[in-house]
Amino acid sequence: MRTVLSYLRPSAKKMAWGLTIKFLGTVMDLLLPWILAFVIDTVVPRRSLAQIALWGGVMLLCSVLAVVGNIAANRSAARIARDASERIRHDLFSQTAHLSCRQIDGFTVPSLEARLTTDTYNVHQMLNMMQRVGVRAPILLLGGVAVTLTLEPVLTLVLLSVLPLIALVVFFVSRKGVGLFSDMQRSVDALVRTVREDVTGIRIIKALSRTEGEKTRFDGVNRAVSRRETAASTTMALSNPAINFFLGAGLTGVILVGAFRVDSGLTQPGTILAFLSYFTIILGAMLSITRVFVMYSKGAASAARIQEVLAAKGEPETLAAAAPDRGAARLSFEGVTFSYGGGEPAVEDISFSVGPGQTLGIIGATGSGKSTLCNLMLRFYTPDKGVIRLDGRDIRAIPLKELRSRFGVVFQNDLLFGRTVAENIDFDRGIAPDRAEAAAGWAQADFVAGLEGGFAHPLAARGTDLSGGQRQRPAAAGGQGPGRRPRHPHPRRRLLRPGLPDRR
Amino acid sequence: MKGSYNMQTPGGHRRPSGSQERPRDTRYTLRRLWGYLCRHRWMLLAAAALALASNLLALLGPMLSGLAIDAIGTVPGQVDFPRVFFYAGWMLAFYLLSALLGYLLSLLMIRLSQRVVRQMRGDLFSHLMDLPVRYFDSHQTGDIVSRISYDIDTVNTSLSSDLLQIGTSAITVVGSFGMMLAISPALLAVFAVTVPLSILWTRYMTRKVRPLFSRRSAELGALGGLSEEAVSGLRTVKAYSGEEAVTARFDAQDKRALDAQYAADYYGTMTGPSVNFINNLSLTLVSVLGATLFLFGKITLGNLSSFVLYSRKFSGPINEIANIASDLQSAFAAAERVFRLIDEPSEPADAPDALPAGAVRGEVELDRVSFGYDPTAPVLKDFSLRAPPGSLVAIVGPTGAGKTTVINLLMRFYDPQSGEIRLDGRETRRITRDSLRRCYTLVLQDTWLFSGTIAENIAYARPDATREEVVAAAKAAHIHRFISQLPQGYDTPLTGDEAAISRGQKQMLTIARAMLLQSNMLILDEATSNVDTRTERRIQGAMRQLMEGRTCFVIAHRLSTIQNADVILVVKDGRVVEQGNHASLLQRGGAYAELYWAQFQ
Repeated sequence: MRTVLSYLRPSAKKMAWGLTIKFLGTVMDLLLPWILAFVIDTVVPRRSLAQIALWGGVMLLCSVLAVVGNIAANRSAARIARDASERIRHDLFSQTAHLSCRQIDGFTVPSLEARLTTDTYNVHQMLNMMQRVGVRAPILLLGGVAVTLTLEPVLTLVLLSVLPLIALVVFFVSRKGVGLFSDMQRSVDALVRTVREDVTGIRIIKALSRTEGEKTRFDGVNRAVSRRETAASTTMALSNPAINFFLGAGLTGVILVGAFRVDSGLTQPGTILAFLSYFTIILGAMLSITRVFVMYSKGAASAARIQEVLAAKGEPETLAAAAPDRGAARLSFEGVTFSYGGGEPAVEDISFSVGPGQTLGIIGATGSGKSTLCNLMLRFYTPDKGVIRLDGRDIRAIPLKELRSRFGVVFQNDLLFGRTVAENIDFDRGIAPDRAEAAAGWAQADFVAGLEGGFAHPLAARGTDLSGGQRQRPAAAGGQGPGRRPRHPHPRRRLLRPGLPDRR
Repeated sequence: MKGSYNMQTPGGHRRPSGSQERPRDTRYTLRRLWGYLCRHRWMLLAAAALALASNLLALLGPMLSGLAIDAIGTVPGQVDFPRVFFYAGWMLAFYLLSALLGYLLSLLMIRLSQRVVRQMRGDLFSHLMDLPVRYFDSHQTGDIVSRISYDIDTVNTSLSSDLLQIGTSAITVVGSFGMMLAISPALLAVFAVTVPLSILWTRYMTRKVRPLFSRRSAELGALGGLSEEAVSGLRTVKAYSGEEAVTARFDAQDKRALDAQYAADYYGTMTGPSVNFINNLSLTLVSVLGATLFLFGKITLGNLSSFVLYSRKFSGPINEIANIASDLQSAFAAAERVFRLIDEPSEPADAPDALPAGAVRGEVELDRVSFGYDPTAPVLKDFSLRAPPGSLVAIVGPTGAGKTTVINLLMRFYDPQSGEIRLDGRETRRITRDSLRRCYTLVLQDTWLFSGTIAENIAYARPDATREEVVAAAKAAHIHRFISQLPQGYDTPLTGDEAAISRGQKQMLTIARAMLLQSNMLILDEATSNVDTRTERRIQGAMRQLMEGRTCFVIAHRLSTIQNADVILVVKDGRVVEQGNHASLLQRGGAYAELYWAQFQ
């Protein structure tokens, strides 16, 4: 939470200003019932219509000030929340993009996505609402109490005596509710996962005639969500009637005590009348405060999830450059051992070297570690033991950007963005259009010419509008990066039509 | 409802639906929603009764307090204590009863809305499973998921709060109006000013804000899409050192989303203060007018107090109309998206004379079949193929030639626009779809594993399979050793993108799943493309044993995979250009030979 709040710091001045306006606007709201009491108790006995009209004017002025102040403050809150969210999302995304592959495996992709979208959204809402309701509700509550204190301290104490009871109810209900809501969120996650899985696997499900089985599976998940949500909502539903009742009881107390006070000439009935108005204000404030609690706990949970990613250390550091081993091979592995989860090593004690212009083929049985070698030379992962050298330099001493720019890589399941074909080949590297088209020619992506708009044809996200093999072509063309030395045709070209001319 | 469907083409095929969705009238959506609510009409009736009772009780509160204040009077020493106690006692009782009824009402509404929502989710999902594969090919996963989670959730919120609020608001408005009328018709004149004001304001706001909110949703959706793309493709991004570029793209979209949100907020934030303003305005007017009336002895102090409280009750819901209206708007939009999916035509029902496939020999024939996903752009043209029972048919050809399309037609994921597909001489449209699909075992290149243990994934098609059978299948798929090395063995849970399990191993798991199935025909669409050649041979051996005498279709780019096929079809541009076995095709020196030599030189 603290990290997220620190994003508000650049807006501190604006925020102080906004909160002040909010404070003043809210005070205006509070003044009105007080004026009403004053009119009835003091002005009416003077029997002067002009004075009644004058005080009516004052009330109108207060109303106008309240509406203007509150709107201005709310807008400033929305602006500040927007600016803070922009910074948070930028940092979070940039951090996510710089996470090491091991960390991505740890967080998992769906969870990172959820943090970028749902969690930042929750935080945005929280930052926005906390500046509004979070300020207004306590002011209304405290202010309401303060004004009633000046009006009539004894009656206020009567009303206040029920507040601890209300606080207790709010506290217990929201504490229990937060736990129940996170249970619910987990079962909602399970529901979403089930749908996502079934949508992506629909062919297999239909082929195996398992649709009925999936309906049963979904029914179980659906029931679980429903049960948990009922439990959570039932608990939360307790607070409003309880608050209503306690305040009603307090109000009855005010009338009873007030009767005695009026009887002994200590107070006036107009005051009791004003009390009734403040009663509604205080009631509203209490209800808002419960809402603020829920919002805060939701926002805090999301903030913690964001914070987790921000605190991750990201890609491994670049070591201090040691003197390169002159005359060494272009790429060499020296006794490299690596395991993904700390269990069985995926590759063990691998050593080889490749000279400039040479071609290295890697073959092996499924699961023998071919892709792992590629992951290691691009430093997606760092070996547990051993050294990988490029032109004699330990790759750990080469800045990642430089290291990766020296490889042209084509993966089997490469990413295609929902952008144009040309943009997908360029990948924001500023490649000249004619070079991009030449690369497409190399990758045999001649089907592009048949697309509407050719290279300007916008692809669907992940290229779902292309056939399996077509999808690989722009990606392969993209792999022909500018000024790349060791070319690295990943073993994954095999999905492409056999007979692709070897370019070497 | 009419007109929102696409035209049926003569071949019984729907045109690709496209993304433009025409808005439907609210009445239709409302009727559908009502249909769901109606199933619980007793709960609904009980809720209405409770709402009425609890609100009437709440309405009596201000009257009682007014009476109590009048009993107190204004003169010290003359307070009518018995009457004060009497009214105070009633107040307490009413507050208690009203709170209890309120709580009961919430419980009832929570249960009601949960039932409705559970039913909707269930219906939506059931229907989803019955939709043709075409729907899934033309809609994004995220969109479908958001309908079943986000949209239904919106409907849920609206059902459990707005419905209640509308009901209680109506009672409150009518009730407090009546009370105020009884107290002082003259003071009511105040509302001749404030009510039209709030109605005008509401209309202005809804018109202004609605498009802003829909733009906000669209921009947020785009941001979500971009995050999904980028995060799932981070490895590619990293390989191209595109971290900064992709962050810049993200920032740009984020800015658009936040600006859209701010634009909506800019007007949205006016609602609360404006509602308050109108409240305060009526309080001011009531004060001035009330004080004047009091001055002329036209109203008692207690009555004035009650009137002030009732006026707050009265204007509350009136001013809330703006909020409720916008909530309802979004709930209707969400419900419409849900119903639109439910209304999507499911896979056409089996023909009335369709029979189960029964025991099949496995003779498959495609007779001059033409098909295109978009009927104007055919993928297969006059495509014919005959597979005798027990034969191994291989389909090869360049990327985009229509190989996978043939599989889609065999499985009846799609139906051809013209021509016939026959199984044992029977037209496949005369066979029930379920039984037809059960005749095939399908293994695709894109491995599909769900979150569950490895054993559950292998036994997916036959949940009744014993552990021994699962292990035997895993052994046949040559994945048993790998599984045994995992710390939890067959009970290892799969969660998604495990880096520790290679793509080849995932393919072998899905092959193990297929091994458990005892169907008559087998389809392998690049099923072993990520498995090394030696293991592939062994798996094929095991499969052939298992599929002895069964018809088998294989799509593969790696020609070594299919050398021993009985028939090899070379497909190009949706037509069979060559046909024969490996030796005869090589001898012919045509397209196949060209492909083959390109691969082995």
